[in-house]
Amino acid sequence: MIEVEELTKNFGVTTALNRISFRVKKGEILGFLGPNGAGKTTAMRILTGFLTPTSGTARIAGFDIQRQSLQARRKIGYLPESAPIYRDMYVRDYLRFISTIKGMTGPEGKRRIGSVIEDCGLDQVRNRIIGKLSKGYRQRVGLAQALIGDPDILIMDEPTEGLDPKQIIEIRNLIKNLGGNRTVILSTHILPEVSMICERVIILNEGKLIAVDTPENLNRSLTKHSQIMLGVRGPAEQITAVLQSVPGVLKVECRDDFLDSMLSFNVEVSQTEDIRSRLAEKIISNRWELLELRSTSLSLEDIFIKLVTREEEEPSV
Amino acid sequence: MKTWWTLFKREFASFFVSPVAYVVLAIFLIITGILFYSNLLWYYQNSFGMFQDPYMIRSMNLTDDLIRPLFANISVILMFMIPALTMRLFAEEKRSGTIELLLSYPVRDSEVILGKFSATLTFFVVILLLTLVFPVFLYAVSEPETGPMITAYLGCFLMGASFIAVGTFASSTTENQIIAALLAFGLNLTFWIVGWISPPGTGTMSTVLQYLSIIEHYDPLTQGILNSKDIIYFLSVTVLFLFLTNRVLLSKKWRG
Repeated sequence: MIEVEELTKNFGVTTALNRISFRVKKGEILGFLGPNGAGKTTAMRILTGFLTPTSGTARIAGFDIQRQSLQARRKIGYLPESAPIYRDMYVRDYLRFISTIKGMTGPEGKRRIGSVIEDCGLDQVRNRIIGKLSKGYRQRVGLAQALIGDPDILIMDEPTEGLDPKQIIEIRNLIKNLGGNRTVILSTHILPEVSMICERVIILNEGKLIAVDTPENLNRSLTKHSQIMLGVRGPAEQITAVLQSVPGVLKVECRDDFLDSMLSFNVEVSQTEDIRSRLAEKIISNRWELLELRSTSLSLEDIFIKLVTREEEEPSV
Repeated sequence: MKTWWTLFKREFASFFVSPVAYVVLAIFLIITGILFYSNLLWYYQNSFGMFQDPYMIRSMNLTDDLIRPLFANISVILMFMIPALTMRLFAEEKRSGTIELLLSYPVRDSEVILGKFSATLTFFVVILLLTLVFPVFLYAVSEPETGPMITAYLGCFLMGASFIAVGTFASSTTENQIIAALLAFGLNLTFWIVGWISPPGTGTMSTVLQYLSIIEHYDPLTQGILNSKDIIYFLSVTVLFLFLTNRVLLSKKWRG
């Protein structure tokens, strides 16, 4: 559905995007992840025709974004960061304006507006001025304008930015439900959001693409070994020694948890086999109190920081 | 065409949402009204004196003594006022970021520009129609010449179109409305006074500078002289600045 090849964008001497290539299949939900200034917005602006790439190409549903810009743009619903919509217009007038501009007029347009108003929960505010709406509602109007042309592709730049937690959940659900069989690209720097919504993640840093994968795969590939956390009441040194002796254990770290008067052990184990039951057995057979045992995997935050810092550690040419 | 019409309607409606348009309209009518009335007073008082002198009375006529000064005044006021109407066009969309959405829709840049230009031009025509109260008054009390009146309005319309194109261009270069207005006003004024620095004689330099000057092309129209070169002048200024606006939008896509 979306094919991006070697996309580069320079602003003067700064390189905002550096030879980015990726593909998005029909119906896929793709997340752009990266710190501020990583090039997420630039990439989206190129796809939506607001910026021209310095080099490289992108095709939207087979249409080249530069040579067949209008056809490509017809396939896209775009929600830029912080939903810049005309504040001096009424919600219904605004949606009518958008629908005619996207070529939906007459009864078809009317039906489409009606269904978008319903889907985005805008029924109560349809006769209000956009500028007087709350941020959450403005974001919904933004989403509504993106959906109105019934586009195959939805591109959203930080759709949950600046909303309160309740609104964030509402908008996330809207995106998930309205996505349907659309192809969706969204950017965010809220990491859990990505694992919650997206099927695939692209991690950008300083204009470079540093990883493309599913959230799970990223997790797996970056952690050669997994970690197990144990909460035990008993003598620290003895326990450490016993845990060390279990085959498969690579490293044991002991930390005094003052709150529960228990000891927390971070056990790094190789990923070849599951040794959780063996660890539990050891503790119990020594008559120590086993209070907690769980395997901890790296969160997206950890992956993100690992990737970004690993990138920085590489010597620059 | 349909896209243009949609853009035109939104742009035209937004004039009546912002107070700027009403302020421009009110100030314009008040000032032109005062100036017209003062000319009328002068004409009235002088015509009494001239009655004593049958030779002088022949040199007085409504076209030269009322219509021409009225339109000369209008043109100066427009030079200030039209930038106030056009400053918003692109600058506001750029500041609020709405331009990003607008250009992501399946619309051509030229349609966006023409939508904004024609909406402003239409609002300007509304203002111009309101000044018809002065000719109507003259027809009620006297018998002014109709021909010069029509060419004067045509000249005013063409000059307004040029000013609006200049203002649209100025607005596209910045996201600061004050700068957009000042730049438009500066360009208008430059076109106004450029003839003053033309060297005496009929050299190339002199001809070119004279030709660039707005007054050179506007004044004949207020006298009732319809000359194709004047019409072409205003049309080419309009087209040139709309084209430049298009270039500015294009270059923004490269420069970000």
